[in-house]
Amino acid sequence: MLRKLSVIAAVAGLLTAGAAGPALANGHPLPAKDVHWSFEGPLGKFDQKQLQRGYKVYREVCSACHSMNLVSFRNLGDKGGPFYDAKYKNPNDNPYVKAIAKDYEVADIDNETGDTIKRPATPADRFPSPFPNEAAARASNGGALPPDMSLLAKAREEGPAHIYSIVTGYTAPPKGLKVGDNQHYNPYMPGDLTSSWSGSHEHVPPGGFIAMAPPLKAGQVTFDDGTPSTLDQQAKDVSAFLMWAAEPKLEERKKMGLAVLAYLILFSGLLYAAYRKVWKNESH
Amino acid sequence: MSGHSTYEPKTGFERWLDARLPIVRLGYDSFVDYPTPRNLNYWWTFGGILSLCLASQLITGIILVMHYTPSADHAFASVEHIMRDVNYGWLIRYMHANGASMFFIAVYIHMLRGLYYGSYKAPREVLWLLGCVIYLLMMATAFMGYVLPWGQMSFHGAVVITNLFGALPVVGPSITTWLWGGFAVDNPTLNRFFSLHYLLPFMIAGVVILHIWALHVVGQNNPTGVDPKSKADTVPFTPYATVKDGFAMGVFLILFAIFVFYLPNALGHSDNYIPANPLVTPSHIVPEWYFLPFYAILRAVPDKLMGVLAMFGAIACLFALPWLDRSKVRSMRYRPTMKIHFVIFVVACCILGLCGAKLPDDPVIPHLTTFSVMGSDLNSFVWLSRLAALYYFAFFLIVMPFLPLSEKTLPVPDSIASPALSHPAAVPAEATAAPEMKG
Amino acid sequence: MADTAVGAKTGPEHGGDPSRRDFIYIATIAAAAGGAASLAWPFIDQMNPSADTLALASIEFDLSKVASGQQVTVKWRGKPLFVRNRTAAEIAAAVKDDGAAMKDPQKDADRVKPGKAQWLVLIGSCTHLGCVPTFGGGEYGGWFCPCHGSVYDTSGRIRKGPAPLNLAVPEYAFLSDTKVKIG
Repeated sequence: MLRKLSVIAAVAGLLTAGAAGPALANGHPLPAKDVHWSFEGPLGKFDQKQLQRGYKVYREVCSACHSMNLVSFRNLGDKGGPFYDAKYKNPNDNPYVKAIAKDYEVADIDNETGDTIKRPATPADRFPSPFPNEAAARASNGGALPPDMSLLAKAREEGPAHIYSIVTGYTAPPKGLKVGDNQHYNPYMPGDLTSSWSGSHEHVPPGGFIAMAPPLKAGQVTFDDGTPSTLDQQAKDVSAFLMWAAEPKLEERKKMGLAVLAYLILFSGLLYAAYRKVWKNESH
Repeated sequence: MSGHSTYEPKTGFERWLDARLPIVRLGYDSFVDYPTPRNLNYWWTFGGILSLCLASQLITGIILVMHYTPSADHAFASVEHIMRDVNYGWLIRYMHANGASMFFIAVYIHMLRGLYYGSYKAPREVLWLLGCVIYLLMMATAFMGYVLPWGQMSFHGAVVITNLFGALPVVGPSITTWLWGGFAVDNPTLNRFFSLHYLLPFMIAGVVILHIWALHVVGQNNPTGVDPKSKADTVPFTPYATVKDGFAMGVFLILFAIFVFYLPNALGHSDNYIPANPLVTPSHIVPEWYFLPFYAILRAVPDKLMGVLAMFGAIACLFALPWLDRSKVRSMRYRPTMKIHFVIFVVACCILGLCGAKLPDDPVIPHLTTFSVMGSDLNSFVWLSRLAALYYFAFFLIVMPFLPLSEKTLPVPDSIASPALSHPAAVPAEATAAPEMKG
Repeated sequence: MADTAVGAKTGPEHGGDPSRRDFIYIATIAAAAGGAASLAWPFIDQMNPSADTLALASIEFDLSKVASGQQVTVKWRGKPLFVRNRTAAEIAAAVKDDGAAMKDPQKDADRVKPGKAQWLVLIGSCTHLGCVPTFGGGEYGGWFCPCHGSVYDTSGRIRKGPAPLNLAVPEYAFLSDTKVKIG
């Protein structure tokens, strides 16, 4: 019984897995490019240097349009974060974090006059949005709303690889595709191009339109650690940074997972030994 | 089954308490001395695992409420506050979110075990019905819990499910408005779902107590389906069943930990990390995996009302099961033909689950077009789900009542302790089944 | 228990040695207890202040807004914080009483930063049961707690009433002549 049901479960599992694979019908985007990340796998960790570079890309390029309103400056100095320094257990004291925060201005209210004012941010503040509200963001971006970046890497099925693929995946639109104003063709963007396609219905190109123009190009950001600033490098680093922004407790989680699993395996082993002892002389 | 109590208070305090509130006696009789069939296999450990799941969900849930804000404006941010700022908040939230999936994995195995070994048959009908009630409450709780993070899937899932009630004739629209507390899913809906999501688990716990009570009145079923007759057929619950359940729980916890620590979002949906936006629906809206088979049945029927009725009918079949099955033999171990149907049933459920996750008009076999029936190509998930749904209902409404009329069953052993083949003479099924029907 | 059953049939390598059997049971129970205890910690620690609460726990305050003889109340860690710019008379009154009999004896100089005697920073929470004392009440020219009548002097020391301790001085430091960081 046990064996049979296991076989059934395995077959059903294979069936599901097989059928759930990428279905490349019309209108589907290309699957994301395969990227190797330092935070993959059970022992995965963020690469601090990469996060620092990624932060610089975010700061100098993305943050002009994209908010990141769930992340506070102090998070940059948290354990596992881009500017963590073991000397400053409290990230609010981290001079690097303080300096970064001071560069931003946040809205506040003057305690005495009640006027709305701008003041330099402190580590406790969150990253301010580049636009005062959604309508302003749309007006400045041809009607499209640049998504908030705090959870972007978790809010896309393929995670940071999707962000990497979008940023590096812009290509010239295939012949026969009508690209509208403020639109750009990207084969990794989900969408349905059928209505803009003049060719045959069987061969609608993969991908969709994206309102964002190609944001990165080689040499756009100068990395402080001397890493050559290629498009690929920038895209990888900013994707890794966004993964950190979306899941800052990833390192802590994986580390704890190892200890918990080791304990559970040992505990189950002990329970099995106890079970064998208890049932030793009982036929069943 | 329970017989007279063998509990003997040892200390003066125990004697004093026993005369006033025999709670230690109750615990002793129910979980220590309670006679357990000696031949229970690992499929029987899921009752204990489910208690563990319920306890884990209750504890982590009560903790999450300490940090969560039930308001359309703050719900999403408060969940992220838990994930980022609360000490170990990420751990507790991932335990709760994945715990729901673990709960359903365990409950489905528990139900299939009951189905295979005929644990719903007389005298265990009420035990089975109480289990069905728990399952219904679990589905309601899980659905409302999924709404609380107020992400895109939360919101639009709530829209779709509450709109199901709009299919009811005449009263439908009034019921949906009443459920929403407005003209769409909004803050009032979120608040009432939160209230009910907090309440229902305690109702589940209450029905679980009734479920265990009913179990201890009629006694546990076992793989042979033959009731224990003598002391030789049983072992005391402690330590025999407790240690076996404990080991199974340990292994189950390993699976749970793998999800919590290494695949925390694998069973969820990425769209739920986008805050709810009533103006945009995610391109592909699916419920959580444990609802997929029912969702597939809903979509298999082209008419809205009929689809809703079919979905609820699929659950209603479970309630009617004790009276649908006409077989005299309890365990499928001795019903070779039924065993085959059981396997097909499990596969059909898996196929329904798969279909629920797919777009109905996508082809099952890629790049193959056959001919179109009722507006959809035969090579599509909607037709696959129609086939599987048909078998789902046939299993309950045709196979269960009518197969026993012509079924050849294997000889059933006289008792648990005596092996099945100690009676080599081929006894007719009716005769071997008779001993089971004792009071 | 299994005591009666075990020992009847003993295999050659794992014998019915009771100490070995007991070891497995004891180890299993100990592992279960250890696991439960470790699991309890996250469930307890989650009620401690979260990271965003702690981030706001230290504040910077600009003293130039407080005129002599005035007091500004700021909210710090959810409690009122008194920042008082004491007059020379208030300081003198406090120093004069340094030798008086007190419940919680302390010199005025120990309650301010050296050279900054006019700046008195106090947590505005009565050490009796946490009410907020008002300035200018009572016979010592300092604070008076309306709840149960505790009287504090111009240094915030308890002089009369049920409160056991002086008003607490938080941890703070002067960043410049006009700026303090509290916490």
